[in-house]
Amino acid sequence: MSASRAFTAVLKRDLRLALRRKSEVLTAVFFFVVVAALFPLGIGPELNTLRLIAPGVLWVGALLSSMLALQRLFEADYRDGSLEQMALSPAPMPLLVAAKLLAHWLVSGLPLVLLAPLLGLQFDLAPQALATLMLTLLLGTPVLSLVGGIGAALTLGVRGGGVLLSLLVLPLFVPVLVFGAGAVEAQVSGLGIQAHISILLAMLLPAVFFSPFACSAALRIALE
Amino acid sequence: MLSVHNLSCQRGDKPLFEGVSFRLQAAQALHIEGENGVGKTSLLRIICGLSAPDAGQVHWQDQPTAQAGEAFRSNLLYLGHHLALKEDLSAFENLQTDAAVAGRSLSQVQVLKALALMGLRGREHLPVRVMSQGQKRRTALARLCVSQAALWVLDEPFVALDAQALDLLRGLLAKHVAEGGMLLFTSHQKIDLAHAQGQGLAVQSYRLKAAA
Repeated sequence: MSASRAFTAVLKRDLRLALRRKSEVLTAVFFFVVVAALFPLGIGPELNTLRLIAPGVLWVGALLSSMLALQRLFEADYRDGSLEQMALSPAPMPLLVAAKLLAHWLVSGLPLVLLAPLLGLQFDLAPQALATLMLTLLLGTPVLSLVGGIGAALTLGVRGGGVLLSLLVLPLFVPVLVFGAGAVEAQVSGLGIQAHISILLAMLLPAVFFSPFACSAALRIALE
Repeated sequence: MLSVHNLSCQRGDKPLFEGVSFRLQAAQALHIEGENGVGKTSLLRIICGLSAPDAGQVHWQDQPTAQAGEAFRSNLLYLGHHLALKEDLSAFENLQTDAAVAGRSLSQVQVLKALALMGLRGREHLPVRVMSQGQKRRTALARLCVSQAALWVLDEPFVALDAQALDLLRGLLAKHVAEGGMLLFTSHQKIDLAHAQGQGLAVQSYRLKAAA
């Protein structure tokens, strides 16, 4: 009971903070929009090329945009001491970390999922392809937040942690990118998306389960 | 009861302190004294379980704190150098969230009462960002008013407070100890809890010495 209360309190606090600091949230989302909008302008109205590169461009855009948001995940809590209080809470720390990760995804991942079909229109993607794109982002962006969270926790308090975080986390994002973008391509070429979706789910479920534990272990090291 | 056995702590190659042992019973206050850099903050963090000691143990009710786990942490209130306040949230929101993280749900009235007690009436809904240093500390200390934890571990609670807030805080600490709570704190000021409550509350002190 008190654990679930602590979970909702952390979730509510992070969402409220995101609403009070809209600029920070909007930067990452705006970055995604700009990257995805620049490609059609640069490449020109060659619809076949655009359709071909669309999944890759949108997925890379989403990936880089979620990298931008990652660095702030635990930084403020670490500096102002909220993280210490979370570590000393009677509620299990992985649960509170899970609340933070959920809030982070709602703020930085979900907008990308919702915006993707709109941006996909610029690439002349068919309605089914747009639906597939949304579905893969819906399954893939939580993995980015969850796996990225481990990286953010490990690089907490390290000088120049931002670059280190990218080096640490981007290689781990590669499978998500490959199967996320691959699913849309498979859909376009009529190959069915079952296998890709299964693999994305197979990445998501262990990440949901293990990431909060890995994050809180890393955070405890950072707090010492 | 909190007991500390033979704690030692190292920073790099240099030993910070060694063989620190003491006990703290209900209705006792212990003042950790020592010069700057002798390891007072490190000691408090080890006792709370934020860092691991290089040797020694901390026991809560005759159980190592790591094993006592939730039972220990739900009885612990730690206030360190960082106030754990969110600058963009109001004092009210900060206090309510903190209490929930610490495992308590507070009604609006309780939160407003605690803030009023700390002299923040009328500023409950101001973002902490626009408050003065002293007001921020008062907001953080409002946590003590609503805490039900048995053990308070306070790191330099008296800094940046004006005379009125000092009296308030002394009163709070004396009340906590008089009601059977335990208090562990560091401070460079001489603190007279007996004076605040008008009864015989003695503050014991433990002098932390640097390892040779």
